[in-house]
Amino acid sequence: MKRSKTMEFGVGLFMLAGIVGLIFLGLRVSGLSLATSSETFHLDANFSNIGGLKPRSRVTMAGVTVGRVESINLDTEWFDARVTLRLNNDLEGQLSEDTTAAILTSGLLGEQYIGLSVGGAPEVLEDGDTIRDTQSALVLEELIQQFVSNMASN
Amino acid sequence: MQSKFEQGIGYIARWGRKGCDVMEALGRAGLFLGQSAVGVPSREGWSLWLRQMHFVGVLSLAIVVVSGLFIGMVLALQGYTILVDFGAEQALGQMVALSLLRELAPVVAALLFAGRAGSALTAEIGLMKATEQLTSMEMIGVDPLRRIIAPRLWAGFVSLPILTVGFSVVGIWGGYLVGVEWLGVFEGSYWSNMQASVSFIGDVGNGIIKSLVFAVVVTWIAVFQGYDLMPTSEGISRATTRTVVYSSLAVLGLDFVLTAVMFGGL
Amino acid sequence: MTDVPFIEIEDVHFSRGSHEIFRGISMIIPQGNVTAIMGPSGTGKTTLLKLIGGQLTPDRGRIIVDGQDVHRLSRKALFALRKRMGMLFQSGALFSDLDVFENVAFPLRVHTDLPDAMIRDLVLLKLQAVGLRGARHLTPAELSGGMARRVALARAIALDPELILYDEPFVGQDPISMGVLVQLIKRLNQALELTSVVVSHDIKETLSIADYLYLLADGQVVAEGTPQALNANQDPRVSQFVHGEPDGPVPFHYPAETLYSDILGPVTATRAG
Repeated sequence: MKRSKTMEFGVGLFMLAGIVGLIFLGLRVSGLSLATSSETFHLDANFSNIGGLKPRSRVTMAGVTVGRVESINLDTEWFDARVTLRLNNDLEGQLSEDTTAAILTSGLLGEQYIGLSVGGAPEVLEDGDTIRDTQSALVLEELIQQFVSNMASN
Repeated sequence: MQSKFEQGIGYIARWGRKGCDVMEALGRAGLFLGQSAVGVPSREGWSLWLRQMHFVGVLSLAIVVVSGLFIGMVLALQGYTILVDFGAEQALGQMVALSLLRELAPVVAALLFAGRAGSALTAEIGLMKATEQLTSMEMIGVDPLRRIIAPRLWAGFVSLPILTVGFSVVGIWGGYLVGVEWLGVFEGSYWSNMQASVSFIGDVGNGIIKSLVFAVVVTWIAVFQGYDLMPTSEGISRATTRTVVYSSLAVLGLDFVLTAVMFGGL
Repeated sequence: MTDVPFIEIEDVHFSRGSHEIFRGISMIIPQGNVTAIMGPSGTGKTTLLKLIGGQLTPDRGRIIVDGQDVHRLSRKALFALRKRMGMLFQSGALFSDLDVFENVAFPLRVHTDLPDAMIRDLVLLKLQAVGLRGARHLTPAELSGGMARRVALARAIALDPELILYDEPFVGQDPISMGVLVQLIKRLNQALELTSVVVSHDIKETLSIADYLYLLADGQVVAEGTPQALNANQDPRVSQFVHGEPDGPVPFHYPAETLYSDILGPVTATRAG
């Protein structure tokens, strides 16, 4: 009887370890946060070129992560990229209307992310609003092309 | 000429017969799985299942955890030497986590499981068959599929995904040990790059789905080989070998198919 | 002893692959008797027991146990019928993950709702009957062959069956355990008034306990009768078996060409086949 009790305990511990491991994979490895969607709000931004931006990329402000890219779609009206951002709730009503969103690269070959910087307008962005002032990703080929044509004209 | 033609025909006929045998064995194995997996859970079945969970799962934990640790450490070491050439060593966490979650943890854990638990299941059931325990159980009026096979099947189905999760966690930790503690990758970028690129549904979830599929296949092969073997000592040793060979091949082949479906954009 | 038939075997044919094991055998096994089925190795004696137990299905013919056609029963009814049968396997077939006590308790636990205390008493009584009450905590691996068979016997009678099938109970036993088993089978048959079928090729022991014998050879019943009648039978096939003569209708030599042509004939001739 005693042997079966320790066995039951072992199996229980084994299952518990599985659940704890899964929670670890969720929170620490894939960065799910326990905060639910009620604590975030959405903003849209249109870019003419998003480069290598992907859903779940970081959105930062002064280098601090404040949210993530939720989805990227093609806007068939203007034929540019419509990026939906999910930002922490405490920024709602804090960002001025002329906030700019730029697609930046961490390091030379690193991942791409969105950097926000605030402007000075009195009106603020609310849930569902669109950021007007955007700066597209730098594409290496375009840069080189520009550089070469500048050289040629000089 | 004639004899060569006849030889060819004989060759084709042998292949055909072999194909029929394979189909028949598959059918038998399928019926076997169907009949045994649908056991009505009872209080007794619960305690039998618990016993098998201990045997199949808990006792395999040590080998899986140790392998996971070393594989995570090796991944970090190899990844670092490659990534540092591109100045991208911050991406180490992402590389370690993705390769573990998507491929290595489900596959290696399943292979280890086949070697550790699968072969033991085959040998155990084979020995029960050779010593007429299965027949005598049937004569007592108890269905051995329910009493012997079902708890082992279900224990395998549940254990392997848990072992896979354990493998990933320990592997990621091993990568952290080598990458951050030893090679000096910045701790923040190890975790944040990982978090930015790993998706819970897409990577963790798909890895677990893979390991569930492998669990069903490996346990099924192991238990069926035990149940279907020739009840002699030679038969048992051959069936044990077959379990390991068949389940390894099945795991690797299925892994390709699953990867193509999940990550290959099919 | 009554002469009511408990098992009727009618014209049973059975083959495994292309090998014909039974070519139409018929037997009547009366209630309350010890009936022995004998024959040389490989004549399918164990197969016959499996046919009676419903684990194998004959190609032709019927087997009727207590008025029920075994192979026409639903799975549920078959399992219910098996509860009334006990079977003693050649190897004992004890469950290796249970100890002696739990092995004997197993049929009681699965088929009855008796409280634990009552199961304990019953198991101890059955173990007492086979003289192994003191061995209840041993595991099957710790038992000798003879003890394992006695425990298996205790398990077979745990549910007080009406029929016990013994598969080669004397094979590989030393004289002492052989004597113990002979006595146990005899005593159990009288004390519990059950029907016993003993499959064996140990002549002396089987003749000493059987009320009636069937002799199988070549897939057929070649002789039947009481031990005395069989002992006196003049049929060469019967007397070869009963008296254990090395050569006779069952030849000493496996079928082959004559030794002369095999040794002196051309070498290619033996390869050609």
